[in-house]
Amino acid sequence: MAKTYYNPDDLRKFGKITEWSEELGAKFFDYYEKVFEEGALSAREKSLIALAVSHVVKCPYCIDAYTKDGLQKGITKEEMMEAVHTGAAIESGATLVHGVQMMNKYDKLSM
Amino acid sequence: MALLKSLSARKDDLSKPENQLTFLSNGVFKKGELPLFKDKIAETGNAPLKPKKLEILQLNLGYMCNQVCSHCHVDAGPDRKEIMTKETMEQCLEVIKTTKAHTLDLTGGAPEMNPNFRWFVEEASKAGIKDFIVRSNLTIILANKKYHDLPEFFKKYKVHVVSSLPFYKREKTDKQRGNGVFDKSIKALQMLNAAGYAQPGTNLKLDLVYNPAGAFLPTNQEALQKDFKKALKEDFNIDFDNLFAITNLPISRFLEYLIASENYEDYMYALVEAYNPAAVESVMCTNTISVSWDGWLYDCDFNQMLALKVDSKVQHISEYNEDLLSNREIRISQHCYGCTAGAGSSCQGTVA
Repeated sequence: MAKTYYNPDDLRKFGKITEWSEELGAKFFDYYEKVFEEGALSAREKSLIALAVSHVVKCPYCIDAYTKDGLQKGITKEEMMEAVHTGAAIESGATLVHGVQMMNKYDKLSM
Repeated sequence: MALLKSLSARKDDLSKPENQLTFLSNGVFKKGELPLFKDKIAETGNAPLKPKKLEILQLNLGYMCNQVCSHCHVDAGPDRKEIMTKETMEQCLEVIKTTKAHTLDLTGGAPEMNPNFRWFVEEASKAGIKDFIVRSNLTIILANKKYHDLPEFFKKYKVHVVSSLPFYKREKTDKQRGNGVFDKSIKALQMLNAAGYAQPGTNLKLDLVYNPAGAFLPTNQEALQKDFKKALKEDFNIDFDNLFAITNLPISRFLEYLIASENYEDYMYALVEAYNPAAVESVMCTNTISVSWDGWLYDCDFNQMLALKVDSKVQHISEYNEDLLSNREIRISQHCYGCTAGAGSSCQGTVA
């Protein structure tokens, strides 16, 4: 039994998901690769978006992968941290905007 | 962090090439988690690795350097006393006169620290080699008054200057190469520009070498070049011609760093995963001969540091024979994955 749910070595084995479902696995990795190619957005910009999302979805594998990817692409630590804050701001905004629902409900229920 | 002493001066186990080679064949490779390089190139139909047309003659003028960079595959530094003698230089000059190689590439250490460097450049320039490269670490130009005129000296002999600049920001450069290196490098680049390097119409070439400041691979060379050009022009009004993105090979001080930072296995996995058969086709050792400070011949500068002499009857510059050397098989080990990852890596940047 593994003692932790997350094992850093598992990231290297990501490709193995294809072994149990070749068609879906292959489709996913083709799509993934295509998404990160240079397009209307640069590969650099996409790397920063991926880093921000990695934090928001709290994926330790993704954080490792896109910190390394950022270093490879010459992204500075200041840029990386701003990206993380951008993700965090949206995430906390998403929580806080529900405060309006709370206020609406409060007002509706109150005399 | 930049270091104070070479592995050699510290008498570190890794200063011995045989220990590095043993390390590179153990661990993940011995356990079979990753394939040996010889098996990998056999699997992709690239074995045996043989030389093609000789294009580059690379001479290492000595391991002495004014810097002790943390990634240095030469284990160079001020404490290294291995320097090419004038006698060996004379043997090299004989070869330079007859070689079919179109490029002469002087490296080190800091080649400028060899006491016979200027004499050698002057003599070698008479041979009419098409592309005459000196690999300069830049800071040497400001290290001592006697080196301040190097830009003018290079200009006089139409030397193609290839300079290391790990990044266009101070922090990363200084971490890898030592405090103050970035500012001195910038000043030296401005001096080279002032001498006419990388300026329109001068035909004086100035290329930069980028290598990652850590346990990761370089990204697309063109994208990096664009970033470097923009940042150096905007921040420091510096021009250069091309950027060569070079992968750090897992040998010498970079290997020491990988082990100490517990990045070795991940790095080897990254290199093997990025293995590119197209890069093997054009890998540097297929068009280069590397000559050490004491005249021995190697397939590349990395094999030189691992003491893997050419597998040929001819092993020394004193008995140099290009035809005999062209029949050899290139010596390989797991460090070779560094030159075949992604778009490949060589002293001239990417290859695939």
